[in-house]
Amino acid sequence: MTEIFGIPVQAFMGQLLIGLINGSFYALLSLGLAVIFGLLNIINFTHGAQYMMGAFCAYLLLNKTGIGYWPALLIAPVIVGATGVLVERTMLKRLYNLDHLYGLLLTFGLALIIQGLFRNEYGTSGQPYAMPQALSGGHNLGFMFLPNYRAWVIAASLVVCLATWFIIERTKLGSYLRAATENPALVQAFGINVPRMITLTYGFGVALAALAGVMAGPIYQVSPQMGADLIIVVFAVVVIGGMGSIMGSIVTGFGLGIVEGLTKVFYPEASNTVIFVIMAVVLLFKPAGLFGKER
Amino acid sequence: MNAHRVAFAIMVAALLVAPLIVYPVFLMKVMCFALFATAFNLLIGFGGLLSFGHAMFLGTAGYASAHAAKVWGFAPEFAILFGTVCAAALGLVSGLLAIRRQGIYFAMITLALAQMIFFFYLQAPFTHGEDGIQAVPRGTLFALVDLNNIWAMYAVVLLVFLGGFLLIYRTIHSPFGQVLKAIRENEPRAISLGYDTARYKLQAYVLSATLAGLAGATKAIVFQLASLTDAHWSMSGEVVLMTLLGGLGTIFGPAVGALVIVSMENYLAQLGAWVTITQGIIFVICVLAFRRGIVGELARVLRKPL
Repeated sequence: MTEIFGIPVQAFMGQLLIGLINGSFYALLSLGLAVIFGLLNIINFTHGAQYMMGAFCAYLLLNKTGIGYWPALLIAPVIVGATGVLVERTMLKRLYNLDHLYGLLLTFGLALIIQGLFRNEYGTSGQPYAMPQALSGGHNLGFMFLPNYRAWVIAASLVVCLATWFIIERTKLGSYLRAATENPALVQAFGINVPRMITLTYGFGVALAALAGVMAGPIYQVSPQMGADLIIVVFAVVVIGGMGSIMGSIVTGFGLGIVEGLTKVFYPEASNTVIFVIMAVVLLFKPAGLFGKER
Repeated sequence: MNAHRVAFAIMVAALLVAPLIVYPVFLMKVMCFALFATAFNLLIGFGGLLSFGHAMFLGTAGYASAHAAKVWGFAPEFAILFGTVCAAALGLVSGLLAIRRQGIYFAMITLALAQMIFFFYLQAPFTHGEDGIQAVPRGTLFALVDLNNIWAMYAVVLLVFLGGFLLIYRTIHSPFGQVLKAIRENEPRAISLGYDTARYKLQAYVLSATLAGLAGATKAIVFQLASLTDAHWSMSGEVVLMTLLGGLGTIFGPAVGALVIVSMENYLAQLGAWVTITQGIIFVICVLAFRRGIVGELARVLRKPL
């Protein structure tokens, strides 16, 4: 078999792989957005900028201190997550009693500031980030060539997504979290420090974005605008999936990545817009999203 | 009501005198953005709907009127009309989708739809991609007035702005506007009183899109250019910023906000990314400490609604 629907199998599989890679990032980012939204009721517009910060953090660690990819995978999310905690403590905290839209506006402003500062420093062109030695090269699977690094990104993001799902849906900590989402006042009354939980949740969601950024570094170039357009696609992913369920975000993220990849094969002109078109169709038939609940 | 009349008279007088002191093209830009922001404010300030995709109407109308004037040879009045109608049609289609969700989702959906439109313009041949439609002829209004005369152009923009402004003012103070406010305050209550809230929201959305389109179409004729900048998400963000800074839900706020932001961009243009950073800082300050905006604070001091 050398062709699928008239498309050479190599090209088909290649785009499928790119779709899965994009899907990994959609899943990680929309998962972070969903976790933050669940507890804070805020749509984190800074998410794209924080993803970019993760990538830059890894880039700077490598170029200024010589710390490589593997430690950066841990250090960058911690650093960026810490800035997230700071943002929550100093700014977002003041908005919880206001209309949720103010949270959106504040985080949008923060994204402008962060992206502007990085653009001032590094210009608009991308900086290359070498992939780790251990993952260079690839395997010939017979029907396609699979670069090791890409296989790693897909596997790693799948593991991180499932681990997050497990923590939230199956552990005691997760049950506190879910309870606080339903009724924060009651959970507080049981002696659980809800404000601290909110802070850490925001930090965790931001760290997820930064982790995605570190993993994206070797694939895309590290540039100040790398998260700006991506976040809009992720918003569409979130609308399609609905923010009600963690598993929903993961499945929708990967699924839409694949759909986008396949569109590149069959009708390349629409590959930029296909996710938005799907969003429009989903809104027509299931306004709450595929996995969402009306509330 | 009286405070509104006085403020309106001051605004008209200022716009009549200003071109003698300030560069008229700059003022025309301010007026186009002031109309854009006022149209946007109709939705957020009086309907409680935050659209994060209003650039799609500005951009669509700009492209439509520029294309009509340049390629089809439309007279300026018909080019502007055509651009406005296109924006209204887009408003109807996108509105039907967007009003199915509320609050944060509404913002995300409008943003995503606008991004889809942006990608369409990026690829469609008639927009000439990154170059945009350049050298659009200003033409002769009603076959009488040559708009290449800067004062004639200024008068037309002034009339368009004041006309749009008064239309929005009338809308806000009509029974329709009152129902809109009721929906913003308490939608279930409005439904229980028998109002078809979805229809009201859609009408407000389409009206806002139409007037945003009027601003975009006029802007394309004034600057003889329609480009991707007007359709980009950062433009959607800018109009939110103008309205927020001027004062959400005030009558004159968006126009004041537009004046401040456009001036800032004009004078800080050499500083590149600092414009974006400054905009971001204004956003943060407005949200954290200055939620009434300039006109909102002024109204509080004067104890009059503005």
